[in-house]
Amino acid sequence: MNKFKAIVMKAKDNVATVTEDVEAGSDVLINVDGETVSLHVTDRIAFGHKVAIKNIAKDEKIVKYGEVIGMATTDIAAGQHTHVHNIVGCRGRGDLVSK
Amino acid sequence: MNFMGYRRPDKTVGIRNHVLVLPTVNCANQVARAIAANVKGTVWVEHQHGCSQLGADAEQTVRAFVGHGIHPNVYGIVVVGLGCEVARAQDVAAEIKKQCPHKPVHTIIIQDEGGSYKSIQAGAVAAQHMIIEASMLKREPIDVSELILGTECGGSDACSGLSGNPSLGAASDILIDAGGTSILAETAELIGAEHIIAERAVNDAVKEKCYATIKAFEESAKQMGVDMRGSNPTPGNIEGGLSSIEEKSLGCVYKGGTRPLQAVIGWAEKVTNKGLVYMDTPGNDIEQLTGMVAGGCHICVFTTGRGTPTGSPIAPTIKVATNTGMFQRMNDNMDLNAGTIITGEETVQQVGKRIFAEMLEVASGKVTKAEVLGHNDFAIMRIGPTM
Repeated sequence: MNKFKAIVMKAKDNVATVTEDVEAGSDVLINVDGETVSLHVTDRIAFGHKVAIKNIAKDEKIVKYGEVIGMATTDIAAGQHTHVHNIVGCRGRGDLVSK
Repeated sequence: MNFMGYRRPDKTVGIRNHVLVLPTVNCANQVARAIAANVKGTVWVEHQHGCSQLGADAEQTVRAFVGHGIHPNVYGIVVVGLGCEVARAQDVAAEIKKQCPHKPVHTIIIQDEGGSYKSIQAGAVAAQHMIIEASMLKREPIDVSELILGTECGGSDACSGLSGNPSLGAASDILIDAGGTSILAETAELIGAEHIIAERAVNDAVKEKCYATIKAFEESAKQMGVDMRGSNPTPGNIEGGLSSIEEKSLGCVYKGGTRPLQAVIGWAEKVTNKGLVYMDTPGNDIEQLTGMVAGGCHICVFTTGRGTPTGSPIAPTIKVATNTGMFQRMNDNMDLNAGTIITGEETVQQVGKRIFAEMLEVASGKVTKAEVLGHNDFAIMRIGPTM
């Protein structure tokens, strides 16, 4: 079985996807470009959800698969849950089209 | 590399030998259902459309009907109409017969037959003959290069982009390298990942068509004046960990593998290229499936994280679970598990080979769970107003 509890797809990603439920306050091992790194997780992260692996500033791009998946709506610290409460998508935003 | 299939008189290849009962208008659904219920071994569909449609919208509905009729997985077809609809049964039947002169095609028009019972009887007798004739055909070895795969993902979760879709992409690459064809679809779920597919286009015209098709879809969605998020990704996708359409798309695009993009075609248009083809369909699972099958896909491999039962009536649909928990929870519906990639038990390439091996088994006659469950999912994509 896998010793890693989170998957980082590409070296430039700033989030990882957890592959099992992770409790707040736990330390998990992640594999960043072949290097094993320990990450202190501060929120409870459910299976399949994302955790920030770097500090991300408000308005900074969220990168997964080496590609932009959205933008931070607030500062996000490494170890925090990264999802719809603190990031938004940049595409298909009909709500931003001026009437 | 061979599988065991049916060689049709026009040299096309089928992997099933169905007798299909197809209503061309929703008014004929009940008669079509009753015909199928009385003839063991038939498959049938029902839908909401075929009338009160205009122009290109009506044309593509007819295209979907004809695409199912000429499909080489279909031995013969009973086309059922009411008599006053836009998508006339006799026109659909004539077009099927024109394209496939060898194929048994029988037309039932309820107003001409004199009501439902007479239509059911006439349709059932015609279907009974076809079932008996079809049962006499034998499978023979067919080279895998003749196979057309439809790739699909639905009920996605965060594992879809990590396990199910990359391994389906690996299976798609194996098929293409063997000379076969693979369809990537779901335009909604290419928004934010368009460069990954478009930059693999064989020429500038295909590349530009790819970008333009995805842009047009995004613009039409934006006209609704809301954020796509909540509809796509869906509430279930979001619960599963997907945060934006870009994130979902970047996971989805992996199922198209890594080979060059040969062509971009419209919903339910016939696939004529070898290699990777992109069909412009919605993300809606059943409209996508119907479009790909109408285009000639023999077999669909469908990855799912949340779990979904969908299956085409005529093209066997293999379900691949993206995570082991759902594979166990919804085992009634799941054929294969790609969750072993998440747990580190298998690699993407290993699961890709397993998917490809299962495709050949199913192409040779092994039934999928969706087939055993009797799925006949069929949905028409609309682009115009209902009159």
